[in-house]
Amino acid sequence: MFTTDALPAQTDIDDYLKSQNNKSLLRFLTCGSVDDGKSTLIGRLLYESKMIYDDQLSALHKDSKKFGTTGEGLDFALLVDGLSAEREQGITIDVAYRYFSTDKRKFIVIDTPGHEQYTRNMATGASHADLAVVMIDARKGVLPQTKRHSYIAHLLGIKHIVLAVNKMDLVEYSEARFSEIWQDYLAFAESLNVENIHAIPLSALQGDNLVTASSNMPWYEGPSLMSYLETVQINAATQSLPFTMPIQWVNRPNLDFRGFTGRVASGNLHPGDAISILPSNRHATVERIVTYDGDLTEAQAGQSITCVLTEEIDVSRGDVFVTQDSHCHVSDEFTAEILWMSEKPFIPGRQYLLRQGTTHALCTPSKPTYRVNIHSLVHEAAEDLSLNEIGCCEILLNRAIAFAPYRTNPGLGSFILIDRATNATVAAGFIQSSESHLANVKSQPLLVDKQARSGIKPHKPAILWLTGLFCAGKSTIANLVELKMNQQGIHTMLLDGDNIRRGLNRDLGFSEANRVENIRRIAEVADLMSEAGLICLVSFISPFAAERQMARTLIGDEQFVEIYVKTPLEVAEQRDTEGLYKKARAGVIEDFTGINSPYEEPESPELIIDTTELSPEESAQVIINYLKQKGITY
Amino acid sequence: MTRSHLQKLEDESIHIMREVVAQAERPAMLYSIGKDSSVMLHLAMKAFYPAKPPFPLVHVDTTWKFREMIQFRDNTAKDLGLELLVHTNPEGVAEGIGPFSHGSEHHTRVMKTEALKQALDKYQFDAVFGGARRDEEKSRAKERVFSFRDKHHRWDPKNQRPELWGLYNAYKHKGESIRVFPLSNWTELDIWQYIYQENIPIVPLYLAEERPVVERDGTLIMVDDERMPLQADEQAQMRRVRFRTLGCYPLTGAIESQASTIPMIIEEMLLSTSSERQGRVIDNDANASMEQKKQEGYF
Repeated sequence: MFTTDALPAQTDIDDYLKSQNNKSLLRFLTCGSVDDGKSTLIGRLLYESKMIYDDQLSALHKDSKKFGTTGEGLDFALLVDGLSAEREQGITIDVAYRYFSTDKRKFIVIDTPGHEQYTRNMATGASHADLAVVMIDARKGVLPQTKRHSYIAHLLGIKHIVLAVNKMDLVEYSEARFSEIWQDYLAFAESLNVENIHAIPLSALQGDNLVTASSNMPWYEGPSLMSYLETVQINAATQSLPFTMPIQWVNRPNLDFRGFTGRVASGNLHPGDAISILPSNRHATVERIVTYDGDLTEAQAGQSITCVLTEEIDVSRGDVFVTQDSHCHVSDEFTAEILWMSEKPFIPGRQYLLRQGTTHALCTPSKPTYRVNIHSLVHEAAEDLSLNEIGCCEILLNRAIAFAPYRTNPGLGSFILIDRATNATVAAGFIQSSESHLANVKSQPLLVDKQARSGIKPHKPAILWLTGLFCAGKSTIANLVELKMNQQGIHTMLLDGDNIRRGLNRDLGFSEANRVENIRRIAEVADLMSEAGLICLVSFISPFAAERQMARTLIGDEQFVEIYVKTPLEVAEQRDTEGLYKKARAGVIEDFTGINSPYEEPESPELIIDTTELSPEESAQVIINYLKQKGITY
Repeated sequence: MTRSHLQKLEDESIHIMREVVAQAERPAMLYSIGKDSSVMLHLAMKAFYPAKPPFPLVHVDTTWKFREMIQFRDNTAKDLGLELLVHTNPEGVAEGIGPFSHGSEHHTRVMKTEALKQALDKYQFDAVFGGARRDEEKSRAKERVFSFRDKHHRWDPKNQRPELWGLYNAYKHKGESIRVFPLSNWTELDIWQYIYQENIPIVPLYLAEERPVVERDGTLIMVDDERMPLQADEQAQMRRVRFRTLGCYPLTGAIESQASTIPMIIEEMLLSTSSERQGRVIDNDANASMEQKKQEGYF
């Protein structure tokens, strides 16, 4: 049964320390609805394992009187609810980590909030856990929240679930009630395919079946929660897979040593093993596995190592070492489920930064092929995803990377998406497969290419992207530039925002999602124009930095000339003869740039044209001169 | 053979350190000379072996540290061949700020929090390792491994990036910085077990010895130099004491102890009934005081 970390015998501390060196580590997640008693359960586990010191206990006595919700008794939840905002509201709003250990194991408790809006926090916690304790209030039984949490645990690949049926003291320790809940839960959990589910009836407040067997529930013959956690076997499935390791950092202290560092994602590695380096698929042999404590004869999943190869091969951060029988794919597209974690909604077609393994790439997720209804687990049609929603998308990358399905190799199957403007982590992703609808649409090789087309023209192809407020003067300037170039015999094309919106983009409105799609189409069309060898002028408000960046990435830096037509809002409003600004200010028009939708100024455009200082004619000349200076025109 | 809990913690910390070095432009390690810093430095020696850790050690010297700490700091940097940058708040020195004359709160703000910000601004570090552990204090329990600070070094607990798997998002705007805590998942017991197992050098102040102390408000303060003003009825007494944490000597309480070896420390700790931060005068100011200090830029 459970004993605390108290010493076996005063004399033999050395033996004690030796036994402690071989302790294993279990990371478990606790989740459940708001009042299920999670914090109480954790506070009590810490208390019972003697992890609470006297000074903390006296602070607890003080706090219990001030904030406590348990009347006269100690409120164990206060040991766990750290941030003062939480203490005031009496809820847990963020992931908190707690630590305790017994003779058998060290435990890391990951406490996650129960509120629906904090799904992202639960997912964050679950990504670090081997096991999930799902709490249920015995009076309430299986709630939608229970299913939601179990689904997220399953989505994150947790293979062990403990169903902790709490507050048994409030249902008279009824075996019938416990069985009813257990049957309800099993009926639901079958569809999740969780490897190992175990149910324990307990009372966190009274201490029943928490550490010691409860005399109130003689009908329950299983272990207490603590002894279950101490003994449950967690076999890392990644150990038995072929070897994979993303390279973190190249260690080159001098010319004689070149080591490739990383943390083994799956499998084992030995000196002499033949490996492949992805995504380039070159081959090499492991010469040594170097550590500070001496060379290793074997490295296993989870271990941080430094690897030296026999061959001189150029390897950099982001490459992946695999054994030749590995289960990795190399592709620039895959299908993945994503959990959206940002207040700003997910916009299909927008470009995000993807971080996976130790690599990163630019990516464009498609419109969701479905959204998971987290109440019924049914797949529904969806246009976008908002905070805490889970959906499936096809993801296109700007280059091929090495990956594996999340189910078999979480290390190479997980990714996060980062907003390029704010650098915020906006989504967590789970790679399903390398299949995507574009897999069968391969690009056709063409006999005449861009170079050949532009070769018969007296200028190089380029895209002049004019961005700025409505009525800033973009179209006026673009028209003058085109006129001048046309007179010089330069082959041009002008894409004007208003004109395109009447034709190609007539199906699009002015919501953020539609603006993104508007720009995506323009960028694609402009790219085709440059493929044809033309100088293409684009005159679009294009208010979002992310979309201009997307266009730049698609078209390529050397051909993309971003021109910021800079005009103060007051001046643009004065120039507005159609009265659209007035309507926007009156609230008649929604999502109007500069009034009720933001304009994000370009940070480093190729040109800035200040229309309060230059006339349209002078502005056009600045652009013409720039093109000559850059050798685009002669 | 599965990896033991200490080996797993070591693997995780090394992974974190390499991620920082691979992604940051100008990393540094905040070296506070304490036991956690000793473990963190040892892990850095492992993470980059056979190279030296590719960043300098930074010590914010309040001028009130124990003399033995300063000696240990200089020896450590020399023995390991690492660059050591020491920064002291020059305005604080000019104003003669100290814990006895100005109180613990003012002293900590000027000589520690402000000084730290000055050092980070001066050297333009964009990622700084710290030895904080989540088990130390309640508000630390919710801190990320990669903790973002704005241009003014402020921490916003309501606006933290979700941190999934080992995928650390180190992208930041110019002027922003990251504090990185590779020991996040270590406990005090883990730290001592690891020091013992790996034979890591620590400041001798952690071990019990006869030292001159006076008792004030129930706290034993060591008379480390002549700057400590003694009351008329006070006299330094030699007592067998040691320290569970190290900081400014006037702000660090000693405990009476016989533990003169690491195993004895571990033994004492397991039987102890008070937490290690109890000896810290600054935490007791107000209930959520650590959280407040961190929002102001304290490490």
